[in-house]
Amino acid sequence: MLLLKSKTLIEKSKPPNYCIINYQRNQRNYHSIRAVMANALPSNLLDESLGGSSGGGRMILVEDCVETSGAFVVHHLLKRALNSHSSDAVVFLSFSHPLSHYDRVLRKMGCNLSVQRDNKRLLFLDMLALDHLDRNRGKTSEDILIALYGEIQKAVEISRSHEARHHITVVIDDVSLMEVDANGSSDLVLDFLRYCCSLTAQFGCSLIALNHGDVYSTVDQPNLLLQLEYLADIVIKIEPLATGLAKDVHGQLTVTNRNLRVDSGKSRSRIHNFQFRIKDNSVEYFYPGSKT
Amino acid sequence: MVMAANKPRSGSFSRNFGAASSSVPSIPGLKHGPNGTMLLSSGIPDLDKILGGGLALGSLVVVTEDPEAPHHMLLLRNFMSQGLVHRQPLIYASPASDPRGFLGTLPSPMVSKDEKSRVHETEQEKGLRIAWQYKKYIGEHTSESHRGGKSEYCNDFDLRKPLERHFFSGKQIDCVSLKESADLGAFHERCSSFLSQANQNNGNITGGRIAIQSLCSPQCEYSNREWEMLSFVRSLKSVVRLSNAVAVVTFSPSLVSTTFSIRLQHLADTLVSVKAIPDEDKELAKLLTGYQDMVGLLSVHKVARFNTQVPAILETTTFSMKLQKRRSLVLECINQAPVDGATGSSYGSSGSCSGSSKTGSFDF
Repeated sequence: MLLLKSKTLIEKSKPPNYCIINYQRNQRNYHSIRAVMANALPSNLLDESLGGSSGGGRMILVEDCVETSGAFVVHHLLKRALNSHSSDAVVFLSFSHPLSHYDRVLRKMGCNLSVQRDNKRLLFLDMLALDHLDRNRGKTSEDILIALYGEIQKAVEISRSHEARHHITVVIDDVSLMEVDANGSSDLVLDFLRYCCSLTAQFGCSLIALNHGDVYSTVDQPNLLLQLEYLADIVIKIEPLATGLAKDVHGQLTVTNRNLRVDSGKSRSRIHNFQFRIKDNSVEYFYPGSKT
Repeated sequence: MVMAANKPRSGSFSRNFGAASSSVPSIPGLKHGPNGTMLLSSGIPDLDKILGGGLALGSLVVVTEDPEAPHHMLLLRNFMSQGLVHRQPLIYASPASDPRGFLGTLPSPMVSKDEKSRVHETEQEKGLRIAWQYKKYIGEHTSESHRGGKSEYCNDFDLRKPLERHFFSGKQIDCVSLKESADLGAFHERCSSFLSQANQNNGNITGGRIAIQSLCSPQCEYSNREWEMLSFVRSLKSVVRLSNAVAVVTFSPSLVSTTFSIRLQHLADTLVSVKAIPDEDKELAKLLTGYQDMVGLLSVHKVARFNTQVPAILETTTFSMKLQKRRSLVLECINQAPVDGATGSSYGSSGSCSGSSKTGSFDF
């Protein structure tokens, strides 16, 4: 009798975050558990809050600010999309860094971008290279964005037909630089992103866009950020800690998962909030106070 | 996982050519930084230390000015002088009608005699220091062992002595007046050709420097066209990124809208702000030790991180700017005065990190 009692005591004294994860697992439906197991990735808090399923077109908006950069989320999602268990492809629109930067960052995380590019699983559109902008040839921003969308659509169509790739992810880093390239016409940028969103419905792609939340915080009218938040299925917000800088905890993440279909047919949204610490080869996610 | 097994490529580890392994750097004025980057000096030894060795080649440094004090000019002067001492090509732009005049105010490197006396002084004071400040000694030891090298990576500049004529004899010094240009396109062309010239230097990397002072100054015609200025900085950033140069741009946030200012801050790889300290402020004098010597405050908001996703978390982000003996610029951690208000000599006096954080009357 005594032995049994001590066993139950041990079970109850497990750290609280373990209990929370169990609770979330029970809440998820059967299909996403199967999808998680099929991917066989080590699961962390971010992956779990994203819902695990990579099928079906979704738009993920990543918002960051000057104090804390959200680039690590883009790297994580990029690595997830390129993992070797699936035959997914990625179209990467880079406005901020050349390929060499991402190559080195992801190599430390165990993903070789150059090889993926050679295997046609990654299409890297380097917008830093001036010939992409074609500004000297007198093209307007509208023409440039239309041409860019054409490239993306063509790449998606080719990918789909070629080797029956299950899922294509379009990554944009980042939207505020696209606005600068479009000389401030946010309408053009919004149209472009809406067209990219239509690809999610048409071809089942995913769209991941990085934007800077603090740029729009002083603008009152409906601005680009609000429109994007409305379009997005998942909004990931990266903020610094309220208490300031720290070496152990680099900031906090808030994941808002909208339009979740519950069994009863209604849609809900779920909010997750946790903290993170960035390392070269991975990122640790943990609930406040539970960092080991 | 495909880990470059096919090609004979080097792995993700880059060899750290630290100061310990190579005694003399192969290229004067440049040194290897973390993650495969190359660094050049900002001209201020303390700032180099704070930023992890110097400014990374290909990075864009943005300095936000305080309209009440010209401290950003101190940073620019040291930056430009360091470039001239190392014979690195330089282009300087400002809203003045005759920007060449500014070159006359550039400081000269300190003579070695003064350096030796400074080293001697700190050694004497060492005995008086309290033992728990051991971190200081480690830092000073490594920096002392590198003084006396013929061409130093970072010089101490004497702000009272102007730079000697022979440093200006190089052909690669260009001055541009921003007031003259109706739009920034022509200036951008000039920067691009400057960078391509600097890159072609017989295959040797020398590192180039671009210094743009007060970009949003209202004297310039384009100053009310914010998207044009943003577009210029963005294109500048992309050409600098692909070159071996560092660009320093200063601007005053009070002259532009908040969204523009934040966009520009996001564009920056390294973001630094300078702030003025009011003279004769009794509250501050009670709060901070060494207040009398302070000329301003410098905050580091972002440090350039290429090829890595790990952010640089500094021990402290705000430093006081002091002119040591009215000659050289030093940056120190802010030390809070003892609670009982007893005035005495300050503990920190040469770039050490022993101070505690400041109290909340500041909002940086």
